Amino acid sequence: MTAAAHHSPAGTDGVRTVRRRGRAFTLTVVLTAALLVGCLLSAGLGAYSIPLGDVLSSVQHRTGLGGQALDRVGESVLWNVRLPRVVLALLVGASLGCAGALMQGVFGNPLAEPGVIGISSGAAVGAVACIALGLDFFGNWTITVCAFVAGLATVLLVYVLSRSGGRTEVVTLILTGIAVNAFAGALIGLFIFFADNAQITQITFWQLGSLAQATWPKVLAVLPCAVLGLLVAPFYARELDLLALGERPARHLGVDVERLRIVLVLVVALLTAAAVAVAGIISFVGLLVPHLLRMANGPGHRFLVPGSALGGALVLVAGDLAARTVADPAELPLGVLTALLGSPFFFWLLRRTRRKQGGWA
Amino acid sequence: MNPVRRLFAVRDRELPSPVPAGSPVAEADGLSVRLGRRQVLDSVGLAARAGEVLALVGPNGAGKSTLLAALAGDLPAAGGEVRIGGRPAAAWSAPELALRRAVLPQSAVLSFPFPVEDVVRMGRAPWAGTARGDEDDAAVATAMAATEVTDFAARPFSALSGGERARVALARVLAQRTPLLLLDEPTAALDLRHQELVLRICRERAAAGDAVVVVLHDLGLASAHADRAAVLHGGRIAVAGPPAEVFTGALLGEVYRQPVEVFPHPRTGVPLIVPVRGS
Repeated sequence: MTAAAHHSPAGTDGVRTVRRRGRAFTLTVVLTAALLVGCLLSAGLGAYSIPLGDVLSSVQHRTGLGGQALDRVGESVLWNVRLPRVVLALLVGASLGCAGALMQGVFGNPLAEPGVIGISSGAAVGAVACIALGLDFFGNWTITVCAFVAGLATVLLVYVLSRSGGRTEVVTLILTGIAVNAFAGALIGLFIFFADNAQITQITFWQLGSLAQATWPKVLAVLPCAVLGLLVAPFYARELDLLALGERPARHLGVDVERLRIVLVLVVALLTAAAVAVAGIISFVGLLVPHLLRMANGPGHRFLVPGSALGGALVLVAGDLAARTVADPAELPLGVLTALLGSPFFFWLLRRTRRKQGGWA
Repeated sequence: MNPVRRLFAVRDRELPSPVPAGSPVAEADGLSVRLGRRQVLDSVGLAARAGEVLALVGPNGAGKSTLLAALAGDLPAAGGEVRIGGRPAAAWSAPELALRRAVLPQSAVLSFPFPVEDVVRMGRAPWAGTARGDEDDAAVATAMAATEVTDFAARPFSALSGGERARVALARVLAQRTPLLLLDEPTAALDLRHQELVLRICRERAAAGDAVVVVLHDLGLASAHADRAAVLHGGRIAVAGPPAEVFTGALLGEVYRQPVEVFPHPRTGVPLIVPVRGS
């Protein structure tokens, strides 16, 4: 950089940009490290405790990097109970966090979240219908597919209902969410009415939002949806930034807004379906994580989208660990825990925004 | 361009070529536009020429913003057509069009609190991956200096006043560096000094060979800074030409339904327009 450039705005901007990139990098490293620690702890802690060293050793053994297997019980607990659960928490959390960041970007609205505006309930209708009617046309993937189709229909419905003149007003969005949640609740009630006792038990536990029944087949059932969504999402970060200017200005900057919207609505439906199909309705993760990251590193989607996936995974792994250990030997439903912690956060967000900018317009 | 970026360079996107001063950059030809069931523009013919500031004036609801949006390629024509860079507007893709025209909307909104510099940098998005992507830093810095927003480069857009936001939005549009600038009421929220500043920028861009179309409510600004003015009235162009010729008391009085007096500035001779008021 020349001496002249130091005095020009480009010089100071450059320094600032570097500093912000530095912060994004630091956050990524911290989140990743915390996530790794969380996964290890979650794999080790519980009713049958496995020391961290043994966890690492067993993982090394299975991946052919030395180490050694544990005794029969330990090996079984780790590989058939704990690890599927950890992996499922990772997938569900990443999906929820990423879906939240994407929805907020697409709607241009910081309150859009699959749970708040009813996408999760919509997907849940599909999943409940699937359980109650005993469908299994896609085998292991049936619940996921049903959740995806119902979730997609709900996103489209909410999108169409809540937009006018290229904008989504917060009030309209929230009211639409209330209506959709109510309607979805009624449909779920209807399916429960027609279900038998065994199905009702299954539906009820599933609805509370829990990872307790995690198995490798369940992981496989949501893996394609979650991975596809998580891989596609970051490619649209730049265009999401431009969409913050509004639809027309984004188009003036070369964004094919129609295509962007369709792709992202599909991705959101994929991610939400992946999360809801195995873990029921886990609310607030998609709201809380992107908001915290925006406070830490600004609203740029190039960090926000992958960062929210990372943060969501961390919250869910930690949340699941807490859900299974705080009330030991009983287990709290995860959805109950996230709602318990998420609702006050939502309230705080509301107060803070009101104080700073007079509320959401 | 560094080798990695060259690998991802956009090859199939044709960059706009410079045009000689005076030739049309965008034109409306017999253009009619309907919004809903209402005919908003009725066989409008108008050209924005390179090297020229063209002011669109007229009363509220005359169709100024609609004409501007049509020239930007935003609205489908019910009759006639809009050509940008010699091609029908609909024949360009969104990324290609973004290299050819920049649009300043009437009100600047932003869904998330991006810092000012990031907002201005959004104007460079169309050039990403092209040969001119290297100009990004210079274009952003120049645009911010020209609009006097450099001092609050790091502040979030949401923390700015209306006038500051308007200037940041203008900086974003300038940073886009397109041969056609379409500005919808760029002076509406600005104080006296910045109104003049904005129109001086328009003049400079025109002098550099760009075509500038600007919607104005202040007839004084239009007559002082525009090379040509088009007076819209009920979806038609009542008259178009150099402000000194078209801004007559009789015409403006009829179009605005408000009697006006037009007289030359004692020093510069530029027409001044004031409403006729009771003594």
